Amino acid sequence: MEDLALHIPTDVIDGPTSLVTALIAAIAVAWCTVAARRGLDERLVPLAGLATAFIFAAQMLNFPIAAGVSGHLLGGALAAALLGPWLGALCVTVVIVIQALLFADGAVTALGLNVANMALIATFTAYGVIALALKVLPRTRWGLGAAVFAASIVSVVAASAGFVLQFWVGGEPVGQSFGAIAGAILGTHVLVGIGEGVITAGAVTAVAVARPDLVHALRGTPLAQPAPAVKEAS
Amino acid sequence: MSAVDGLHRPGDSPLHRLRPQVKIVALVAFTCAIAATPREAVWAFGVHALILAGLFALARIPAGWVFTRSLVESPFLVLALAFPFMVEGPAVHVWFLQVSEPGLWAGWNLLAKATLGVWAALLLAATTPVAGVLAGLSRLRCPEILLQITAFAIRYAHLTVAEVTQMRLARLARCDDPRFLWQAGALARSLGTVFIRSFERGERVWQSMAARGYTGRLPLEVGPAPASALQWTAAMTAPAVAAAVAAWTAVNA
Repeated sequence: MEDLALHIPTDVIDGPTSLVTALIAAIAVAWCTVAARRGLDERLVPLAGLATAFIFAAQMLNFPIAAGVSGHLLGGALAAALLGPWLGALCVTVVIVIQALLFADGAVTALGLNVANMALIATFTAYGVIALALKVLPRTRWGLGAAVFAASIVSVVAASAGFVLQFWVGGEPVGQSFGAIAGAILGTHVLVGIGEGVITAGAVTAVAVARPDLVHALRGTPLAQPAPAVKEAS
Repeated sequence: MSAVDGLHRPGDSPLHRLRPQVKIVALVAFTCAIAATPREAVWAFGVHALILAGLFALARIPAGWVFTRSLVESPFLVLALAFPFMVEGPAVHVWFLQVSEPGLWAGWNLLAKATLGVWAALLLAATTPVAGVLAGLSRLRCPEILLQITAFAIRYAHLTVAEVTQMRLARLARCDDPRFLWQAGALARSLGTVFIRSFERGERVWQSMAARGYTGRLPLEVGPAPASALQWTAAMTAPAVAAAVAAWTAVNA
């Protein structure tokens, strides 16, 4: 869950690639805003604001993985499952912009790249996987958990694949070693994705048991076999 | 103060007094100049670093703070260290290792530009409060709806982060020993609870806003202040020098 590794710094990817990606990302974010407003109209600002604050808190939650290594969530799958693709991508975008401008995390010239990978690719692939998986899997706690778990892994790997693609187009020409670098990046992120998946699946099923109406992926229908009433832990 | 307030260090230096929109534009221009500098012009990176060091001194930001905060880019340094062994090209001997020359340049390029980029961004983050950054973005015609969401997010992130911290403390106080995988269950359930609370708070906030007559627009008549020509000139000096150095080295390379 080494999220920092995905915040691309200055000039790892060349100018033209960054510009084109930034343009695509800007159009996609604008589209997300329009789509999210269609669902929420004037409730958009407070609800999206609070949802972003939640993603922010989820990312702040550092937990020790092993000696000296601590990780935190990327949040793409979490946002997709709970908020849906449009609002979810919008919220993660805002988090990434805040991190670039207020925390110097990721270069301002690479903002478009970072938004494309972590907000757009991660959230939309996660939502796609959840929607497909819920067609096959039973609509129970475990079915939902498994769908979200798989979606988290796919979304993290897809986000890193986005970086690999950008690196292939506009990064250092590394020749034959490209395969090795790509393999190392994708392999690491499978592990990252498993960690992200465990936490995300747990969080989403916890919400689904207590307030199924708040889980966007369930589309307003409660789980098939509701577990015995679980109180909100605090 | 909490982790949500960014890296702002309150102060009263000329850099703190600059209008935020000026600083944002200067940051983007400076980062572009860094990115455009050819990697073989080692001295040019020295000039960029000197400019930034001078500005840090002007803003009275200690060097130790800058170095600690620069660690944010450390994962990419692994990539920089891998380049000399992975990029193809004529080999050179460094000490006892055999590495490729273009690879060494690529590693240096990544290292230097990433570090300078982080330093430039730290300069903005350290001298501008959160509200200032948002006001600056608003002056720069950033879509209002995104800025409003961001403002709400930062305001309420204090609360959600405090809630997460409080839950962790509560678990610790009840003899929870968070380690490796065993903490995942409790962590995930806490997150679920925080989400429910956040969403419900969002609905309450919207209801209060609706009760006060909110119809989708914030009634803000006082916009952020414009910056004077003097401020623009002063702030753009640093990126202009950097861009001149970058252009000069690119032409003479």
